[in-house]
Amino acid sequence: MLAAHLDPLPASLFSLLAIGSLLLSFVMLGSRWLRHYLYAFAAQSWLIAILSGAVGYYGNYAELYIVAILTAAFRGLLLPYLILRIIRRLEVHREVHVILQASSSLVIGAFAVIFALAVSYRIGAALNLAGTIVVLALTVMLSMKLIGFLMLSVRHEAISQILGLLVLENGVFLGAQILVPGMPLLIEIVILFDLLIVVACFGVLVQYLLSLVGTTSSLQLKRLVG
Amino acid sequence: MSTIGLLTLVLTVAPAVAIVLILLIRHPRVAEALNLVASAISLLSIVAIVFLRGDAKLTFWGDYVIIDGLGSWTILCAAIVYFLASIYAVGYMRLLGEEDRLHRFYALFAGFGLSTLVGPMMNNAGLYWIAIELTTLISTFLVAFEREAASIEAAWKYIIVVSAGISLALLGTVLFYWSGTFVLGPTYDMTWDTLQQAAPKLNPSLVSLSFLLVLIGYGTKVGLAPMHTWLPDAHSEGPAPVSALLSGALLNTAMVGIVRYLVVADAAGISHLARGTLLALGAFSLFIAALFIVRQKGVKRLMAYSSIEHMGVIALGFGFGGPLGIAGALYHMLNHSLNKSAMFFGAGSVMRAYDTKRIPSIRHVMSRLPVLGGLWLAGAVAITGAPPFALFLSELTIIRAGLASEQYFLIALMAVLLVVIFVGFLNHFRTMYIENGEIADQKIVPVSAWCLLPMWLALVPLFVMGLWWPNALWEHFQTIAHALDAAAPTEALR
Repeated sequence: MLAAHLDPLPASLFSLLAIGSLLLSFVMLGSRWLRHYLYAFAAQSWLIAILSGAVGYYGNYAELYIVAILTAAFRGLLLPYLILRIIRRLEVHREVHVILQASSSLVIGAFAVIFALAVSYRIGAALNLAGTIVVLALTVMLSMKLIGFLMLSVRHEAISQILGLLVLENGVFLGAQILVPGMPLLIEIVILFDLLIVVACFGVLVQYLLSLVGTTSSLQLKRLVG
Repeated sequence: MSTIGLLTLVLTVAPAVAIVLILLIRHPRVAEALNLVASAISLLSIVAIVFLRGDAKLTFWGDYVIIDGLGSWTILCAAIVYFLASIYAVGYMRLLGEEDRLHRFYALFAGFGLSTLVGPMMNNAGLYWIAIELTTLISTFLVAFEREAASIEAAWKYIIVVSAGISLALLGTVLFYWSGTFVLGPTYDMTWDTLQQAAPKLNPSLVSLSFLLVLIGYGTKVGLAPMHTWLPDAHSEGPAPVSALLSGALLNTAMVGIVRYLVVADAAGISHLARGTLLALGAFSLFIAALFIVRQKGVKRLMAYSSIEHMGVIALGFGFGGPLGIAGALYHMLNHSLNKSAMFFGAGSVMRAYDTKRIPSIRHVMSRLPVLGGLWLAGAVAITGAPPFALFLSELTIIRAGLASEQYFLIALMAVLLVVIFVGFLNHFRTMYIENGEIADQKIVPVSAWCLLPMWLALVPLFVMGLWWPNALWEHFQTIAHALDAAAPTEALR
């Protein structure tokens, strides 16, 4: 396995990129301006694209270059552009409905990372891989998942829910590049493609929500209970 | 290519061709006819496949497609619901007055039907995930089809909750793949068989983590509590044929994934954790369903919570495992698909006749809608698991499976909750049928034959299968159970 015996240089490069992505998810968690949120997401996608390229280079996986280009093009440019357009059209610039202050969500996010670290540490120890980049990759993967769920639950603007979902998947992508660089290309392409459809769906739904319900806050969605 | 391969191709190509033609011709009457023909062709092909297959396990197209016992049985359930719902849709969708958008509805409907048929035949864990994600994407638009505020709210909750849940399944899939790389090398085809064969050598703690993620992920799609929150909304706000397809076809399609991973978990030696968690989720679903059924006000939400209940029962069946548990769960899948379709069809017609979704505004169903009222009431008795209908037999088999694996506490809990649901569910029907209410005009409303026929087609087999469980069917379940249980130590739970 690639991640188990890496040279110091690629190992530190991968770690840097993974930690950078994790930090960017904290930027998203702490920002109340949708635009910053979106820029952080785009930057995170770029880091993941660079990571794909780097893993492809050091592990000799030619197809990862294609994945890198697709990630950069779709998740780094196209998705942020589409969401930016929706933000402009809806004229919602900041998170209006905050359940949790940014500072408290940062603290909860930190606990999520500690929990993820504890889980990954045990898994790493069970696999005799403690101290390698595997533990870091697993930690980042799980904590981005948890932070994504945190964003979904404490933010109620429709667009930040879309972004929350995308962060959930970014976590999986990041981990998958380091842990399973050999996972078939087919799957990765379809996942990228799939995300594009998801955003198309969301675009339509946001429009619908706005024209009929009159708001894009999911806090207003309380007709259906019980 | 073998006959079965050809039939599999026909099964999937028929709805696909229908979608293309519907979108090209753009005429409502043509669209409904094309969709109906496609669903009939799909149903005939899968019936032929189930008969021809014997106990062989066949893979096609570079191992990406598998026709095995569990898969073909689930496809059969889905194809039956798709066919019945297509008949019903002809009558029901004309009432909505959306003639110029109707071809789009049928294109999406055929697409949704197709995606539920394709899901169970995916042999690759990654492709299976994609198929499940595809069902969500297509059905979101069907749920939102009526474009009312409530249906859009339901569609939004549906896509957010289910996508978030299913992303956990993706993480679980990736971790499963990773655990396999320690045994099979960095690149391999992640088929169910490969996973099962590699399972004994996989690291137990990694497999446990992956299995739990997959279970929660696909469990969201199955509607197991506490991940069920999208289900009552989506099921109650979509048009009635869509509700039937969601409940009768989609939930089973997602259940297949859980069962396939359960087989891998058994082989990996973590049966105790895997089955224990599945049983806990199943029992909790029954509990939540019982609470919400008793105090329900919406007629379609009542049916939706009943789906959560039955998915809980099926989860318990697969969780108990063994020949009895698997046979009971498979039989229950078919019975629930038939019965819940009939219930949603009835609920849709009643909703149109009274122009309300609220139970308190529906009174004297029998005198106002004579034939439909009778069928719907029979369906209600059947869905609560009362004899002489088939759900009684399948639930009894699952209870016997639980007794065989000595899960006395769970069985007692399940029995109590089923009784609560029986009382609560039928009490709503009592109020709708015989309680006095303010419905002034007692005129008889005609119901189109398109809406009645599928209810007959669903309830007559349920009645027959309740009196007589064909021996051939029992043997068919035993071959499936044998294939699924090969890896499981039968004593796992004792």
